[in-house]
Amino acid sequence: MDMTITGTDRVEILLVEDNPADVRLIRETFKDFKVANNLSVARDGMEAMAMLKKTGEYASAEKPDVILLDLNLPRKNGFEVLEELRQDPDLKRIPVVILSTSDSEKDIMKSYDLHANCFVTKPVGLDEFIKIVMSIENFWLAIVKLPPA
Amino acid sequence: MFPGASVLLEVLLVEDNPGDIRLIVETLKEGRKDYNINVVKDGEEAVNYLLKRENYKTAVTPDIILLDLKLPRKDGIEVLKEIKGDDSLKSIPVIVLTSSNSAEDIANAYKNHANCYITKPIDLDKFVVTIQSIEDFWFTIIKTSKNK
Repeated sequence: MDMTITGTDRVEILLVEDNPADVRLIRETFKDFKVANNLSVARDGMEAMAMLKKTGEYASAEKPDVILLDLNLPRKNGFEVLEELRQDPDLKRIPVVILSTSDSEKDIMKSYDLHANCFVTKPVGLDEFIKIVMSIENFWLAIVKLPPA
Repeated sequence: MFPGASVLLEVLLVEDNPGDIRLIVETLKEGRKDYNINVVKDGEEAVNYLLKRENYKTAVTPDIILLDLKLPRKDGIEVLKEIKGDDSLKSIPVIVLTSSNSAEDIANAYKNHANCYITKPIDLDKFVVTIQSIEDFWFTIIKTSKNK
């Protein structure tokens, strides 16, 4: 593939997720993927913004190529993170995949209105969950052209 | 197609190349689900369709839009700007599907809130695989709004 990513040849992913089981599952699935990638994890919305803005202890954080964002998060929820991202000239083009347990029309509408790139509902079954994570990685890491870094 | 069957996913394909139209429509027809695919061949027609103007007064608002960039009369980026600037249309996912591989076009599409950007592969088999991937991801896994 001819994706060009400045500095490194791997795709940087930021996962914003507070559920440890979900983090583990997503991490394991991405580790086995054919496209080289590096997954960083933020456990709440405040930590996600600190990593994205490279403040404090995150001064050397990598700018992600793709963000996987949960909605229901401690301290700052996913909508607030999305809204802040989309207003930041340096961050607004990064594709954001919403990955949430929510299936509500209201949350889906609000996410797209705030310019989420897509909305995925986490399935309850483990096999289904893995299948969906694999679809996300295949689509966003192998098929799509990501914005230039 | 079955008019009135709201379970059908409504797809709007904005594409002027007849070969690409045929390939995309055929691939989707052989896919896992039934789609209602409407095709418009230039940017002006796309906007008329979405705003239900002129010949499109009875058009159905699409669930998803596949948008080429190089289009007659009004280019894809202009169409994208109109969609994402309209409160009643901006929540419809727009997949940019173009022959362009330029960093400028990619950046410009994301800046104007394209939901994703895909370069059409030149190789026919890869083109079909790409269309199937779009189908798997966007038509099967993704939640789109039903609130039209």
